[in-house]
Amino acid sequence: MPEIMYREALNQALAEEMERDANVFLIGEEVGKYQGAFKVSQGLLQRFGSARVVDAPISELGFTGLGIGAAMVGLRPVVEMMTFNFAILAMDQILNGAAKIRHMSGGQLRVPIVIRGPEGTGGRLSSQHSQVFDSIYSNFPGIKVVAPATPKDAKGLLKTAIRDDNPVIVFEAERLYAVKGEVPEGELLIPIGKAEVKREGKDVSLITWSRMYYYVEQAAAELEKEGIHPEILDLRSLRPLDEEAILATARKTNRVVIVEEGWPHVGMGAQIADLLQHKAFDYLDAPVLRVSGLDVNMSYAANLENLIQPTLARIVGAVKKVLYLEEK
Amino acid sequence: MATAIQMPALSPTMTEGKITKWLKKEGDKIAAGDAIAEVETDKSNLEVEAYDDGYLLKVLIKEGDTAPVGAPIAYFGEKGEKVSLEAPAPAAAAPEPRPPAGPPPSEVKRAPAPPVTAAPPPPTEVKRAPAPPVAKVGPEPGGQVVPLRRAEVAEGDGRLRASPLAKKMAHDQGLDLSGLQGSGPQGRIIKRDIEAAISQGATARKAAPIAMPQLLLERRSPETLPLSSMRRVIAQRLTEVKPGVPHFYLTVDIEMAEALKIRDEANALETKVSVNDIVVKAAAIALRRVPKVNVSLQGDRMVQYYTADVGIAVAIDEGLITPVIRDADVKGLSALAAEARDLAARARKRSLRHEEYTGGSITVSNLGMFGIDWFVAVINPPQAAIVAVGAVTERPVVRDGQVVARQMMSATLSGDHRIIDGALGAQYLRELKALLEHPMRLLF
Repeated sequence: MPEIMYREALNQALAEEMERDANVFLIGEEVGKYQGAFKVSQGLLQRFGSARVVDAPISELGFTGLGIGAAMVGLRPVVEMMTFNFAILAMDQILNGAAKIRHMSGGQLRVPIVIRGPEGTGGRLSSQHSQVFDSIYSNFPGIKVVAPATPKDAKGLLKTAIRDDNPVIVFEAERLYAVKGEVPEGELLIPIGKAEVKREGKDVSLITWSRMYYYVEQAAAELEKEGIHPEILDLRSLRPLDEEAILATARKTNRVVIVEEGWPHVGMGAQIADLLQHKAFDYLDAPVLRVSGLDVNMSYAANLENLIQPTLARIVGAVKKVLYLEEK
Repeated sequence: MATAIQMPALSPTMTEGKITKWLKKEGDKIAAGDAIAEVETDKSNLEVEAYDDGYLLKVLIKEGDTAPVGAPIAYFGEKGEKVSLEAPAPAAAAPEPRPPAGPPPSEVKRAPAPPVTAAPPPPTEVKRAPAPPVAKVGPEPGGQVVPLRRAEVAEGDGRLRASPLAKKMAHDQGLDLSGLQGSGPQGRIIKRDIEAAISQGATARKAAPIAMPQLLLERRSPETLPLSSMRRVIAQRLTEVKPGVPHFYLTVDIEMAEALKIRDEANALETKVSVNDIVVKAAAIALRRVPKVNVSLQGDRMVQYYTADVGIAVAIDEGLITPVIRDADVKGLSALAAEARDLAARARKRSLRHEEYTGGSITVSNLGMFGIDWFVAVINPPQAAIVAVGAVTERPVVRDGQVVARQMMSATLSGDHRIIDGALGAQYLRELKALLEHPMRLLF
C-alpha cells in the first residue's frame, strides 16, 4: 500500500469523486489557480476545469450560501474553508441554512454539501487562528461532523461525506496535512459514525480523534513501558457518535480518559463522559477523566502554546489517575 | 515480603478485639481462608481468616490480650522470613517517599489508630489487610509494581465508597461490600479489591442463610414521621423527670390454660414449642393490632414500623443478648420455635451475626424458668417497649365468686413514655392477654 500524505489522501478523494460524479464541484478561496492554500486541491483545476474548481472571492458567507443553493438543486458542492476560523463568517449559512433546510422544507429539499478545511491549534497562529470548533458544529442537529486523524481515514471519510445526502463538516487538522500514512489506492469508503480501535489494550481506554490521536499514541507507548496497556479508540466521527464503540471499550477496560484538543467547557469530551456515566455506569471502576486544551485563548508564545495544548505528561498523568496509580 | 495481619472489624460497633485463642502457631503454614485466631468482640466470638497463602511468622498479640481494630496482630509471609518490627516489610516495598506525616490517612477515621507501642507500619499501609500492599498493573510477571496513591484524606462521613463496577460485581457475586476494604482513593473499593476478595474465597465466607420458612409477604419498610408538637412536649417533660428513656410499667395477669394446651398438642406432635414461643407470637400479633406501639424514637423523629420483629432476651454467661425473630406474627409456631432455639443456641456460643441481634421493635424477656413470678424489664433502645414475662404457676383466682386454682402468668410492659402513653400500653396488653387466653385468635 503506498504511503502518502494526509493532504494527498484528501486530494485523491476529491479527484476520485469528481471523476465519478459530474455533479461534484469544489469552491473556495485559492482552490484553483493557487492550487489550494494547503495544496489539497493541487492539480484539480487543470484536470476538471474552472467550472468545477471555482476560485471564490473572500466572502465565506457568500460562497457557502452559493454552495447550499447548488446542493438544493441537485449538485454536490465541496466548499473549502481556507481555515475553519474563517467559517465563523459563514455560520449563518451553515447552521441556520444547511442544517435546517431539509427540516424546514418538510423533506422536500436536501442539502448534500461538504464543508471542509483545516482547523485546530498550534503553529504559533495565536488565538484567532488557533482553535477548535468540534463541539460547536457537533451541537447542531441536521449536520454530520467528521474529524479524521490518518490519511486513510481522511480519504475514506471525505469520499463518504461527498456521497452523503446531508451537510457534512469535514475537519482536517492543519498540523496533519504533511503526516504520511498508508492509503489504499482507488475506492475507499469509511462509514460516517463508525469509530475505530486504533490500538488494542485492556487497562484503560483512551478516547480521542483528529490530531490528538498522535499524542495519545505517544502516551500509550510511554505507558506500555510501565506495563500499562491502553486501548485507543479513534472516534473519527463526532456526529453521529459511535456510541456502541465507546461503550464497548469502556466495558472492556472499565476506565476511560478522553483526550481532546479543544476547550474543556462544554467540549465534546463532556458529551462522551455523559454517555459513559449514563450507559456504562456499572462498568466504570473510576471517574471518567478528560484531558483537553486549557480554558484560555491560545497564546502566541511558543512555550505557553505548548502548555495550553494537551501535553504528554497530562495524558499519562490522567491515565495513572484513573488506574489509581501514584501521580508523577 | 512479610505482611501484617490486622485486627479485623467483625461488627460495626467493634473497636477492639481480644485474641481468645491462636489457632495457628508461629511457623505454621497457612492457606487462604484458614482460621488463624479466635477473637472475642463486644458481641460475639469470631474467627480471623487468612487472606493469602503463606506462613505465620510472628504473633504480636498474645492469647488473652486485646488489640484495637486495624492494629497488626501478627505477621505472615514466606517461610523462614525475618520480621523486623522496627521497619515492617510493607514500607520497604515503597520506592517513592511516603507522604509526610500530617493529616491522618483516610482509614483512621473508620477505625481507631493502632497502638503506639506496636511500632505501626506506615499509616498508608496499616489497615488494608484484604488488599495486597502494592498493586500490580496487568497480570504479566515482571509488570511494574507501583505504590498506591494514598494521599487523599476521607471526609470521614462513614460512607462506603465503591466504584459502580465494584458494586455491580459485588452484587453479582453476592458479596457484602461492607466486609471489604478498598484500595482506591479514600478507601474506594474498586475492581481489583473485588477480584482479590473473590480469589480469596470471600464468596465462601458468605453467611449461610438460617433455615426459616420462605415468607411470601413483602416486608414493608419503616417510615420516619415527625413528632407532633404535643408529643415533643411530652417527650421533653418526661425526660426532665426521668432522664434517658422514661419508663412506665403496666402489669396484667393472664390465664394460660388454653396456651398450655397448644404447647401440649405441639409436644404430642413431637414439635417442641415453649410457652415463650407462644408469647412471642402473641406479642408480635398484638404489635400488628396495636401498631402505635410498633415505634421507635430516633432523635426528634418517630419511626413507625410495619413489621413485627420481636427480640428474645437470651441469658448467656457474660450477660445477655437479644436476637430478633423477624415477622414473628406470620411465622408458624414450629418454625418460630425452631428459629428461637437456633438463635438462643448460637447466642450462647456467641456466634450470632450482627444483623441477627439488631432491629426489632419490642423484646420479650422471660424469667419464668428461674421461678420468677413477676418483674419489670429495662427497655432495649431504640426499641420502645419490652414485655417481662414470669413463670406460669397455679394461683388462686376468683371466678364467679369462687376462689379457684388457675394456671396464671404475669406480664409487665415497660414502655418508653416519650412516645407511648399508659392507655396505649394498656391497649397492647389487653390484646396480648386476649390472644394468650384465647389462642385460637392467633389464627385470625
